Amino acid sequence: MQDILENLQYYLQFPFVRYAIVVGMLIALCSSLLGVTLVLKRYSFIGDGLSHVAFGAMAVASVFQLADATVLTLPVTVITAILLLRTGQNAKIKGDAAIAMLSVGVLAIGYLLMNVFSTSSNVTGDVCSTLFGSTSILTLTESEVRLCVLLSAVILVLFVVFYNRIFAVTFDENFVTATGKSANRYNLLVAVMIAVVIVLGMNLVGSLLISALIIFPALSAMSILQSFKSVVICSAVISVVCAFAGIILSILASTPVGATIVACDMVGFFICCLIRKIMQA
Amino acid sequence: MLQVKDLSIGYEGKTVAENINFKVNSGDYLCIVGENGAGKSTLVKTLLRLQKPISGSIIFEEDGIGYLPQQTIVQKDFPASVWEIVLSGNLPHLGIKPFYTAEEKQRARESMNRMDIWELRRKCYRNLSGGQQQRVLLARALCASDKILFLDEPVSGLDPKVTADFYELTRELNQSGITVIMVSHDLQTVLNLSSHILHIGKEEIFYGKTADYLKSGMAKNFIYESSWEEDK
Repeated sequence: MQDILENLQYYLQFPFVRYAIVVGMLIALCSSLLGVTLVLKRYSFIGDGLSHVAFGAMAVASVFQLADATVLTLPVTVITAILLLRTGQNAKIKGDAAIAMLSVGVLAIGYLLMNVFSTSSNVTGDVCSTLFGSTSILTLTESEVRLCVLLSAVILVLFVVFYNRIFAVTFDENFVTATGKSANRYNLLVAVMIAVVIVLGMNLVGSLLISALIIFPALSAMSILQSFKSVVICSAVISVVCAFAGIILSILASTPVGATIVACDMVGFFICCLIRKIMQA
Repeated sequence: MLQVKDLSIGYEGKTVAENINFKVNSGDYLCIVGENGAGKSTLVKTLLRLQKPISGSIIFEEDGIGYLPQQTIVQKDFPASVWEIVLSGNLPHLGIKPFYTAEEKQRARESMNRMDIWELRRKCYRNLSGGQQQRVLLARALCASDKILFLDEPVSGLDPKVTADFYELTRELNQSGITVIMVSHDLQTVLNLSSHILHIGKEEIFYGKTADYLKSGMAKNFIYESSWEEDK
């Protein structure tokens, strides 16, 4: 135990480790808040589709050797989010297939582009780190951390300010429209926020695992709690705790960061399922 | 309160029903009936602004209507307390404020008392019975508007006793001065409850007082068909 603590203390001296923890917890917080809405609205698959689009955009960015990939990935993902929510509303089944198609298609094209045009000597490594996050969280620069903190703060403030509206739209879109408010405007807001979270989260867990960050905490909280507010708060707490535990564990055991965080989220989910079983009995 | 003139409705450019004219005055109890496929649900969506009319006009004098929708799958296992759901009915009064005021909370409380569900306020919506869920949604609708309510097939899936109670509740609300518009399949009850009928048929459309409707040929055919279908 003593060893572990000393080891931890040693790693915490490095600013990049502290950055990773701060950024990781912020992204976990934002994604879990929005995750509750997405899961309840049956839009979980949109998170998945968007993360693959973000991967494709990242591939294009690396082909053009853009210094800062976010310049391209952020707008592309935001626009796709808006388009997906538009089609997803009316034609449920068609929208579903469209997202699956888009998701796989973009993934394939992204990989193709990276393979054909990449100048890097280690293409497989690049692809792997974009998909699974791996090391990029530990190589964050100060300006990236600032951007992440800023965007997370904006998302948090928006979520709190629009909380009541987001609840109303999540529970019953038609009711909101009938009262003369624009439900689409709030859907749009959620879509844009989720796109931002996904692009931010790519650094942390990579584009394949970001949907886990969105879905698991929400599902865990939903299985044991009975009110929306408590589900949102609990989901945020579970997500932040899992992200923190995951990062620390990955440092101590030298495992890949993203996969470890997701594994922690899964453990959280099973614990919640167990609690529910016990409560029912 | 509501005036509809020369309305044509449909979707994807295809007209389903046209020349719809009717007027709802304060205190009316209007029931919308019609055969399946005649455009009833399209009319509902159009009136609620969920879709655009092909032509004609809909004029609402009120800003918001209290809407009681048909249940969706999303709501079946939704983790929300009764209090949260009823409070969200205050959305049209929220304006640009981010949070509900004490006045709006009081309003939620009053409409819950009215629906006799104040005791349930901490319960989770997904654990309630069908009849209780309808009361919660009705309380929410009352928060949105205490002038006009729009009920879309409110009793589907409820057992006969609960259905009868629910209809009685709508009658009480109507007698207290709230205008009610209800879409329903249940013709017998509709004729007892309503003051006016709007019948969207495949060929013709009737609008008028319930008493006049009973005398019309359209009603006779429809009632005959409905009871025949039930016997079948």
